[in-house]
Amino acid sequence: MTSTIGVARRSESSLLIAWAKRALLVLGLPIVLIVAWWLATANSTSFYWPPLRTILEVFGATWFEGRMGTDVAPSLVRLGAGYALALVLGVTVGVAVGSSPTLRAVVEPVLEFFRAIPPPVLVPVLILFAGIGDGMKVLVIVSGAIWPILLNTVEGVRSIDEVLRDTARCYRFRRRARLLHLVLRGASPQIVTGARQALSIAIILMVISEMFAATNGLGFSIIQFQRSFAIPQMFSGIILLGLIGVALSLLFRVVESRAMAWHRGLHHTQRGGN
Amino acid sequence: MTAGATPLAPAAAPRRRGIPDSALGVAGLAGLVAMLELIPRAGLADSRFLPPFSQMASALADQLDSPAFWQALGSSLRGWALGLAIAMGAGVVLGIVIGSIPALRAATTSTIEFLRPIPSVALIPLVVLLFGSDMRSTLILVVYASFWQILVQVLYGVADVDPVARDTARSYRFSPWAQVRTVIWPTALPYVMTGFRLAAAVALILEITGELVIGSPGLGKSIAVAQSSGAVTTMYALVIVTGLIGVAVNLIARRAERRVLRWHPSVRGEVPA
Repeated sequence: MTSTIGVARRSESSLLIAWAKRALLVLGLPIVLIVAWWLATANSTSFYWPPLRTILEVFGATWFEGRMGTDVAPSLVRLGAGYALALVLGVTVGVAVGSSPTLRAVVEPVLEFFRAIPPPVLVPVLILFAGIGDGMKVLVIVSGAIWPILLNTVEGVRSIDEVLRDTARCYRFRRRARLLHLVLRGASPQIVTGARQALSIAIILMVISEMFAATNGLGFSIIQFQRSFAIPQMFSGIILLGLIGVALSLLFRVVESRAMAWHRGLHHTQRGGN
Repeated sequence: MTAGATPLAPAAAPRRRGIPDSALGVAGLAGLVAMLELIPRAGLADSRFLPPFSQMASALADQLDSPAFWQALGSSLRGWALGLAIAMGAGVVLGIVIGSIPALRAATTSTIEFLRPIPSVALIPLVVLLFGSDMRSTLILVVYASFWQILVQVLYGVADVDPVARDTARSYRFSPWAQVRTVIWPTALPYVMTGFRLAAAVALILEITGELVIGSPGLGKSIAVAQSSGAVTTMYALVIVTGLIGVAVNLIARRAERRVLRWHPSVRGEVPA
């Protein structure tokens, strides 16, 4: 509390300095690294390490003139479809399994086994069933991303406070209200944790499924550039993929902080109360 | 779903049946095996695509007899262990150094947050160019992916050090090394082990992925070869092997965690329960 009052009383110039300091801390090292990369490769004649300037020059031409629509968009659509499907299936099955101790005991070893299979090895298996079309790629993403969501949902449903359960029963919650307000809400912190793990797996699988067998997509184009030795284009693809990864994880954090604001507040009060 | 139909039963009677959970688990696995056997035999799935389980099992037995399989298994496990060890060493050392110097930590936070979500598979084309289908290509992927898991956990752990304990150590003029050994390390250890467990799983995924996509020697490559030569039963057998390795890695990591932390209250507290 005292610090907020202190900040409010401080003069504007010192506020500005504080902002500049923060900006320097956040941006300092990234800028240093980028400049170092720029300088280290500025006069590079090495075939494998083209100058950063060349990479940035081809970046626009490579991605914004056509490839955005033909390669990047299909990749992101498949990612979105697979991730959404994994989320719905994982939470549905997870709630069902988590609500019944018997069912959980029966399927838990099976689920642990499926989770332990490295998801990319399912690509060749799923090609057998679904060919090499969009369906296969979405299926690959679902088959890998579903496990963290499912297992975390099971864990979340299982660890809902007994008192809350009893309270819901005393108030004779209907099935729908119980599911929405007790089970899903109570399990949501764990579901969010699972969803975060699943997101990075989904991105990996999006790329892998396209590297394996595809006619378009981000992973496909990057591999294509590498095979045709278009090195600056390949680097620009790696950078784009990195930016997409970072953007999606930022997006996830925004959605999470919105959706879970009640939980943080609750956690904070409980801690403060004790 | 039945979840809605029996909502009151679990909480009301947590220990109402005589069958132990492990028996139910075995029954579940047996059910899976039976399904894998019956679905293709009943013609519900094309047996060219999903052979009956008995054929997968015999393919697996064939594999166990072939030296090529053991070689592939050996190089996969070697790559996994080496990558994990490098990531572990680098992650712990850098995590403690960065975490215990506040200025360094503040300056690196944004960079770490930016580099961490970059999907490691984005590096595949680069490492293929640099090293070809060599074992080193896959090793770099493994190290890159598992390094962040460990580093971030170590940073959390170092941040969790009790300020009073740290100030006490400083007042008694503990050398930096003694501070790390007696104050920081015991606090960070549970986090380090969590990072180890997460990284062990991620490292295995990337090891197999690298072999599958890049073609460096190992089980992943064997799967790719089996797939392209149409040896469907062998492919399934190898997929099952990777799943079993995954289960083993999880179990070993969890056991290592309990063993290393057996002095820690969070583990000691579990014993009476």
